[in-house]
Order: sequence, then C-alpha cells, then structure tokens
Amino acid sequence: MSSELFNKPISELAALLEAKTITSVELTQAVIARTQTVDERVKAFNSYDTADALAQAAASDARRAAGQSLGALDGIPIGIKDVIAVTGQPLTASSKMLANFVSPYDATVTQKLKNAGAVIWGRLNLDEFAMGSSTENSAFHTTRNPYNLDCVPGGSSGGSAAALAAGEAIATLGSDTGGSIRQPAALCNVVGLKPTYGLVSRFGLIAFASSLDQIGPFTRTVEDAAILLQAIVGHDERDSTSFKTEIPDYRAALKTKKGPWKLGIPKEYFGEGLDPEVAAAVQKAIDYYKSLGCEIRPVSLPHTEYGVGVYYIIATAECSSNLSRYDGIRYGHRSADANDIVDLYFKSRAEGFGPEVKRRIILGTYVLSSGYYDAYYLRAQKVRTLIRQDFLNAYNEVDAIITPTTPTPAFKRGAKADPLAMYLCDVYTIGVNLAGLPGISVPCGFSSGGLPIGMQLIGQPFKEADLLAIANAYDSAHDWAKRTPNL
Amino acid sequence: MSVPEDLNIDRIANLARIALTPEEKAKFSAQLADVLTNIEKLKQVDVTGVEPTAHAFPVYNVWAEDVAQSGLSVEDALRNAPAKRDNMIVVPKVVE
Repeated sequence: MSSELFNKPISELAALLEAKTITSVELTQAVIARTQTVDERVKAFNSYDTADALAQAAASDARRAAGQSLGALDGIPIGIKDVIAVTGQPLTASSKMLANFVSPYDATVTQKLKNAGAVIWGRLNLDEFAMGSSTENSAFHTTRNPYNLDCVPGGSSGGSAAALAAGEAIATLGSDTGGSIRQPAALCNVVGLKPTYGLVSRFGLIAFASSLDQIGPFTRTVEDAAILLQAIVGHDERDSTSFKTEIPDYRAALKTKKGPWKLGIPKEYFGEGLDPEVAAAVQKAIDYYKSLGCEIRPVSLPHTEYGVGVYYIIATAECSSNLSRYDGIRYGHRSADANDIVDLYFKSRAEGFGPEVKRRIILGTYVLSSGYYDAYYLRAQKVRTLIRQDFLNAYNEVDAIITPTTPTPAFKRGAKADPLAMYLCDVYTIGVNLAGLPGISVPCGFSSGGLPIGMQLIGQPFKEADLLAIANAYDSAHDWAKRTPNL
Repeated sequence: MSVPEDLNIDRIANLARIALTPEEKAKFSAQLADVLTNIEKLKQVDVTGVEPTAHAFPVYNVWAEDVAQSGLSVEDALRNAPAKRDNMIVVPKVVE
C-alpha cells in the first residue's frame, strides 16, 4: 500500500515531480481516484471539486515544464478544513448556518499555499464550528476513523486527519483551539502541528475562540510538517494578533539542530485516566530519546487539572461573542417564518446552529453575564496565567516537554454522548492553547486493537524549529506512518 | 462563584438570541449544571495578586496606514445575502 502515490509524503513526491518521473496531474488523479474509492466509507470530505483541482495541477505541470517550479509544494494536493476560506468554494464550518455559503475571498494561508503552487483540494469535515472532539457534531455526517470505521477520527479537524490517513490528500490544514489538530492526528496515525499563537495568520479562518485558535498542518512525517509550516507562517497585517518574528528555515533546522536535548516529563500527564497501552507506547518513545543521549527530567505543571475548566469558560465566552455575527441578516441561514426582526434572530439561530454550538453559546453567555463575569471569566483568565507560568517555569530546566496526546486511543462513535465526558478528552492538549505554545503530535505506536497512538511534544514559544528537530529525531527513525489502514 | 442552580436558562437564551424548545431547555440546563460543577474546581485556586491573561502573547497598538484599498465588489459582498434587491440586503421591517 505504501508504494501508492497517494500514500507518499510531500518530500518524496516533490523529488518525483522535480525529476519529472510523475506529473502533478497524475498525482492529483491518483488522489481523486482514491477519494472516490474510499470516501463513501471514511466520509472525510464535505465537498470537493475535481475539475478545479485538475486545472490547478495542469497549471503546476506547465510551470514546471517552463522551468518555473515554485518549490516543494508545487503540484501537491492539500486538503483544507472547511473553516478556512478558499475563493469560490463552499465554506460551511459543517453547520446548517453556512450550508450555502461560498467564500468571496481567500484566507491568508490559502493564498500562501496557492503562491507556493499547491493544489487546493476539497473541503474537509469537522465538528460544527470546530466545537467537539469526534467530528460527531458535524451537521452533515460523522467522519470515520480509517483504522476502524466504527471509531471516531477525533476532532474537531477529524476530516483533515482521516483524509490524510486514508490517502485522500497528501497533506491537509486544520485548526486547533483546544487540541483540534493534535488529538485527531494522534487518533489517525498522522503528524499534527499546532504552531505558537500568532505565528500563522487567522485571516479567513472562521473564528471560534480568538485567543486560542491557530491554523496548522497535518502531514505524514515531521519533515513534511516543516515544509508545510514554512509555506503558511509569517506576519499578516490583516490579523491583528499576528506576531512579527524572524522565520527560520524549518526543514534545514531538522539537520542542523542535533541535540542532545533536555526533555521534561510532567507527572500530571501520566496519572489517572491514562490508558496503559498509551502510557507504554509513550514511555517507549521517551526511552528512545534517552538512547539518543537526551536527558529526561521530571517536571511539574501543577495547575494542569484546572485546564479543562479554564478552557470551557474562556473558549465558550469567546465563541458566544464570535458567533453573535450569525444573525440571519447579511449571510448564513435566515428563518423563513419569522414575524419581525428580533424573531428573525431567535429563529435563524435556533434553526441554523446544532446542539453543541447552542450549548457553548449558552454557557459562554452565562459566564460573561452581569454578576458572573468576575466569578467565572476573570478567575479563569487568572488561572490561565498560572497555567502559562507553569510551562514557562518548566522551560527554565528543559527544552521541550513530552506527554501523551490523548488519554486513550480512538473511541467508538456514540460512546461519549455526555458533553462533559467529551470535554475531558482534551485534557492533555488544552494547556498548550491556554499558554499559546507550539505542540506537535507524532505517531508512536498502536494499541492491541490496532488503533493508533500519538505522543505530544510541547515546545517553547516561537521555537518551532527546535520542536520540529526534536520530533524529527524520533519520527525519522520510526515508520509508524507507513502502517496505512486497510480500506 | 455561583452554584449551578443560578443558571436561568430563559434569561441566558434571551441574551444569546437563541429560541430554545422546552426539551432543549431541560437538557441543556442539566448538562450545563454538570459542566459548571466541574468548573467550580477553579474556586480552589489562590489567584490573589495574579494578573489575568487575555492573550498568551499580547500585541498592542497595531496601526495600519490610512490608505484606501479596494474591497469586495458589490456582487461579491452580496453573494451570500439571504435576500437582496437593488444592491441592498433586504431585512424585515425594523421601525413601527
């Protein structure tokens, strides 16, 4: 299976394209054919436009024939989570609210990928408005885990992870507010990177929780993550939280940064609720780092247990504000049977939003409402400071932190019907968003039931080059990603 | 910090401008009480003298040059409007 074009990493395909062994049209056709064969079962896509993808591929081949190739991504089909705008394509957020919305402009990351010659391919499913950890909250359909179709792929970027694992794209983009890239990456045996808050522009990303959201890549290898990150980073004046910082050559850093590193193991991430098989797989990865000469040190992140509570105050507060724009007036669903303008707001929002989105808007409205703001929102922001300080203290002693990405491998569809149980899935990934740090999930094994396991490496702010080099030291010496699903 | 029984679902749904069915009200009230009970844990943390964090890496005073730039065409801007006429969005009557 691994010899198929659609299962190869960007690094290998770029070399084949450059040597003119294959064309982008051939590669794109292989990805399209694969998608048409398996997506009926995987259900990773909300929509795709084969004619548009093939036209982009033909343009890439013409550039290359003329000696004007744009680099490693030129001609590579990349899937996009359906919360990131692509001109002229649907942008639904997997919500009835935006079922018929068509993007009038490109997100900055989309424009950057186009500038790099990538073939923009398909709209990938998610939990509605990126709220969830299983893709079961999509208003359209539930994406399946390619390794076991009865299990969830994780979420909210479940479509992005599943499509890549199933060979329906060569890489994908997702967004991560509390783990929405790293958690599905772990559950689907792919690499998922959430960059430092402010490194990647969010212009053209549908907002969920603005102090937490970041866009990032899903790839088959850490090297591919470096390639794709390079293409999407950079200051953007259209995102006022975009950070001005020097951008290194991430792919070159994989070779130049050699360690040995000091790696921290936080005891709070290895306690109650952690599946023994996940613990064992992550421990084996830690042992590998030790064999490379890395110093493994215990560190403490004492406020970890408050992360989920802080997150569900801050994220819901911000979402209740961000989603107030969906009022049935300028765009999105408008109720057909409203009596007046106020009734139109109430009914359009009632009909357009699904249950999880309503729950979060209600909770967010409550924690911000008069009389409760100090008790909930302000207190959560203060505890957020303590969580962030925990990480910064740890970085006085270590270069990076290793944890499991998720407490368990993929769970069965329908297994977590209770919202609180679902929220607790994100316990290991949430702290990274609250502290604004970069985090990457790297495949590190399989359960006895054949389900993927991921480890999370957490780096220092804006030091993605170091984080990727540390992750690559493990990833380039293991081949979990080559174990593709039987579909 | 409040006790979860304080959650007046009608008041909150009204502030959020979402019409909820009686079934949704009952279900959400129970589920949100669960979540709020979990959140109560935050009361245990001593936050005396701790500054709140709104953004992990705050960027202050972002200025842009005051230069006119072309935006969306009228056609593009109205493309997703639920109802439109004569280059305008049609809305229900807002004055009595």
